[in-house]
Amino acid sequence: MFDITLRKAGLAYGDNVIFQDLDLTLKAGQWTCLLGGSGVGKTTLLRMIAGLTRQKNINTRGEICCGDNQPLTGRIAWMSQQDSLLPWATVLDNVTTGIQLRSNRLFRKAKLSADQKDRALSILERVGLAAKANELPQNLSGGQRQRVALARTLMEDRPVVLMDEPFAAVDAITRLDLQDLSCELLAGRTVLLITHDPLEALRLGHQVYHLRGQPAELTDAIEPPGQTPRSLEDSSLMALQGQLLDRLRHAEHGESV
Amino acid sequence: MKHSIKPLIVLAGLLLLWQGAAVLFEIPPYIVPEPVDVFSRMVADAGLLWEHTLVTLAEMVLGLILGVLFGVLMALVLVYFAGLRPWLLPVLLITQAIPVFALAPVLMLWFGYGMASKVIMTILVIFFPVATCCYDGLRHTHQGWLDLAHVMGGNGRSVLRLIRWPAALPALASGLRVAVVVAPIGAVVGEWVGSSAGLGYLMLQANARLWVDLMFAALTVLAFCSVALYYITDNLLRWLIPWQQKTAY
Ligand SMILES: Nc1ncnc2c1ncn2[C@@H]1O[C@H](COP(=O)(O)OP(=O)(O)O)[C@@H](O)[C@H]1O
Ligand SMILES: [Mg+2]
Repeated sequence: MFDITLRKAGLAYGDNVIFQDLDLTLKAGQWTCLLGGSGVGKTTLLRMIAGLTRQKNINTRGEICCGDNQPLTGRIAWMSQQDSLLPWATVLDNVTTGIQLRSNRLFRKAKLSADQKDRALSILERVGLAAKANELPQNLSGGQRQRVALARTLMEDRPVVLMDEPFAAVDAITRLDLQDLSCELLAGRTVLLITHDPLEALRLGHQVYHLRGQPAELTDAIEPPGQTPRSLEDSSLMALQGQLLDRLRHAEHGESV
Repeated sequence: MKHSIKPLIVLAGLLLLWQGAAVLFEIPPYIVPEPVDVFSRMVADAGLLWEHTLVTLAEMVLGLILGVLFGVLMALVLVYFAGLRPWLLPVLLITQAIPVFALAPVLMLWFGYGMASKVIMTILVIFFPVATCCYDGLRHTHQGWLDLAHVMGGNGRSVLRLIRWPAALPALASGLRVAVVVAPIGAVVGEWVGSSAGLGYLMLQANARLWVDLMFAALTVLAFCSVALYYITDNLLRWLIPWQQKTAY
């Protein structure tokens, strides 16, 4: 496993500077959580790490290095906001999208090898959706759909996982379940989780950062104590949540003045 | 299937109104014939109508198939060869800006009075809605899916086949629905300008001889064909693209 370090990272959409001189380390095998109001540039930062910002009108600076000096490309799995499943593909096809995309077939679907199919089905089993393998996403609930997205992420089997508000669109109870499940299934991977829910960050993060201001800056990390996923009954967690909510509110009001 | 009843109810209602108006206002039959007369003409001349309907249908269907093919090709070229875009967009607009009526005589001159000129008219009429809808669909792929595909290591071809193309299908389907509705315009205008067969030809002949009931019979058959073609296409598209939002009925 390897750390990922951002040094003096900066990004601007044309003249609109989103952040500059940002330093951040994603520790190997741990969850880093990033909080912040909407529009501060959380998604932008995540897309920059994933190498999705190499476009004409986007100016980037700084460097992103891995602890083992290998490039990051090809070692990332990506899980984004709601509705990232392909609506025309069955659950199984969604989970194996990566394999299909990397195959060079011109017209027909690449046939999955028996191994690949078994693996996909066992992953679906682990997220509790083996019975839905042949359903279309529209026949699933919001929570089930995000479990399929999680299965797809696991199928890619990458050491680094970038997640952009993956559970924002589901109800509170489902969200807690999904948090527990992801924590269990993604254990050992280096995860960067973006969320606007302080409780989620505190339950899952080894380091919790807050991105705020314009250009955006990172606050010092909060390192909540104890094993993840942390229990809701933990009183220190609740105290931290209060502090964080206060901070987030101040940041929002500070920006709006 | 209960929604397929509604068009029939509308049709029956329109026929009733027509019959009622014809009787009530005592409109002379050489202006507006009664539906009953039109119907008996349809039965009497069924063979004749059928023969000409087949010609017009063939023109429409052939024009539709080729027009959709060209429209989709045009859209793909517009998306993937950005350099050609400024050159091709005017062509696309020109095919739409010149009224088909103005173009029809020229096409007769070049392609003769047979089916070819009507098929080309139909292609010209439907090319634009298909190409623009498909182009729009291909351009506006949900960014989240493209990001995902990029991170997963997809190449241009596999992203087109697995993501951009299926994502564009609902937009292409709306283009097709429009195309099916306007296809008869191309075919029939072509027949009006010069032909020896087809429903448009039949109507022209009947008109010249003041066979108003035959004219209305041909018109009714044409309307029926257009509506049937629309519903067949619509149902086919729903079946082929089950994930799109239900269209309004
Ligand atoms: N492709 C883009 N082009 C120009 N500006 C963008 C683009 N994407 C995002 N922005 C701008 O960058 C800012 C940060 O956006 P984003 O990273 O999506 O915020 P967050 O994820 O924190 O809500 C916003 O003000 C947004 O308008
Ligand atoms: Mg965002």
